[in-house]
Amino acid sequence: MTFVRLTVISAAAFALAACTPQTIPDPEPEETTVGAGADSGADTYGDDSFGNTRGMAIEDDSFDGMEELATVIYFEFDSSEIGADYVGIVERHAIQLLDDASVSVRLEGHADERGSREYNIGLGERRAQAVRRLLMLQGASAGQISTVSFGEERPEAFGSDEASYSQNRRVVINYSR
Amino acid sequence: MRKTLLIVVVLLAAASARADLEVLVTKGDVKARPVAVVPFGWNGDGAGAPIDVSSVISADLRRSGRFEPIAEDMMLQTPSVGANLDFDDWTILKVEAVVIGRIEQTGANAYEVQFQLFDPFQRRQLKGYRMAASRGTMRRVAHRLADMIYEELTGIQGVFATKVTYVTAERAGSDTTYRLVVADYDGQNEAVIMESKDPIMSPAWSPDSRRIAYVSFEGNRSSVFVQTLRSGNRQRVSSRPGINGAPAFSPDGRKLVLTQGGVDGNLDIYVLDITSRQTRRLTNHRAIDTEGSWSPDGRHIYFTSDRSGGPQIYRVAATGGTPERVTFEGSYNARPRLSPNGEKLAMVHNDRGNYRIAVMELASKNFLVVSTGSQDESPSFAPNSDTLIYATRRRGNGILETVSADGLIRERLTSGGTDVREPVWSPFERF
Repeated sequence: MTFVRLTVISAAAFALAACTPQTIPDPEPEETTVGAGADSGADTYGDDSFGNTRGMAIEDDSFDGMEELATVIYFEFDSSEIGADYVGIVERHAIQLLDDASVSVRLEGHADERGSREYNIGLGERRAQAVRRLLMLQGASAGQISTVSFGEERPEAFGSDEASYSQNRRVVINYSR
Repeated sequence: MRKTLLIVVVLLAAASARADLEVLVTKGDVKARPVAVVPFGWNGDGAGAPIDVSSVISADLRRSGRFEPIAEDMMLQTPSVGANLDFDDWTILKVEAVVIGRIEQTGANAYEVQFQLFDPFQRRQLKGYRMAASRGTMRRVAHRLADMIYEELTGIQGVFATKVTYVTAERAGSDTTYRLVVADYDGQNEAVIMESKDPIMSPAWSPDSRRIAYVSFEGNRSSVFVQTLRSGNRQRVSSRPGINGAPAFSPDGRKLVLTQGGVDGNLDIYVLDITSRQTRRLTNHRAIDTEGSWSPDGRHIYFTSDRSGGPQIYRVAATGGTPERVTFEGSYNARPRLSPNGEKLAMVHNDRGNYRIAVMELASKNFLVVSTGSQDESPSFAPNSDTLIYATRRRGNGILETVSADGLIRERLTSGGTDVREPVWSPFERF
């Protein structure tokens, strides 16, 4: 439950960031760096090495920062269109795939519970494919991306109301190396 | 005006707590006919027969919604042979049919079960039959006798000796355990044939009811399996990249129609030869084409497609060709299933915002919504084409209901809090 909430908040934060890129230019990488540094232990905070190994640090961030970059894209009812709020997020994922060819993602498409189960598998796949196409449009290679649709079989929220449905119409981006 | 009557039948209270289904009968304006099932006589070791055959028959008849067996303490006599039957004792109770019978032990684990069905007003026997049984088969024999009685009295073949398969999902914290279950039509003898932490979907019976095809997401990818019930052995028959789903057997049991999506996620209908593993593509459209289902004569495959915008039912010749649209009622029709007699098409239909089960007569195009929920799904015909089973929701859980194809008699099968979905009724064949 806590995890679910965090994901949502994180997605909302990025949506906000994507909407207002010029006022707050890219605040997230800073947070990511701080967060990752704190998590990975005090020993990485050597004064000298910080500046010297800057290039490497960014590369690590792009992967360690995965928990910070939203990995869930939400969709409107009966739609597989990636909302304007989420385009920027998907593009960041594309950059991470471009930066490291050894990284791959599994896109998990989901639907809300309404209607027929196998047709909902189709709707979930359609959403996963929309994310896949955008990733590839941004230069990620087909070999880095696989899709699976769980339809309505793995809901994130279990209620039978729009609040739950809107959390369940989603694509989850799962990284593996 | 439709009156609703609730009859609660709690099945076998002593049975294991987890599995067995309770049955409620909700009726339309059909009047249940009073009948009498007299407790069967017993001639053998011990106080009584291993299975209370007359109670099984009585419960079957009651559950059909068409009969109301009278209570034992109402009976003026309890004969077990026809010679002792006094018709006047039954006409006075206004019962339309009397079932009597007895069970005789003929060996260590060998029995003979016999019954006679009488019409007390016409003062004659309608049917009499004798069957051999063992302790293990006696419940099934009782269901078969009930089938004969039901068919004699209604002209409709009984389905009391059939089975259903369905999927259950049990949540514990963030974990869900999915189970594929096979049970008697009344929820008895529930057997888990497959269990997984990843979703299980879309079970389908083979025509000889010896195998079940299903979709499993084990390993976070979808695959279609065919599992033999007796041995538990299974084969992974479809595991292409992307979607492998919605299997259904051909009437000859040699092929599956299924859905594949491929890496680009374009869902189309394919026919897979189970032995040779060769697949043939039946549809090629960028829309979602899925949920293929064979017509009983094997000539057509009905499927869901949203090529017109929303999902509608189409059909295509099983040998391939141009699909033709079948449904035009409303904006959402999906998951087609043909009645075994080929006359009716059941589907999930969006009825003014509610997803309900609809039945269309193919010849007349008459369209009838037969369920009353808001999230009803997965309709499946009984092998007699007279009744359907489907999943609905109640207090957040999936439960099963059955309804007569005319929408008049509805039963609810509840299970103790488990989320049940995707029921599929077995064919008639023996198990």
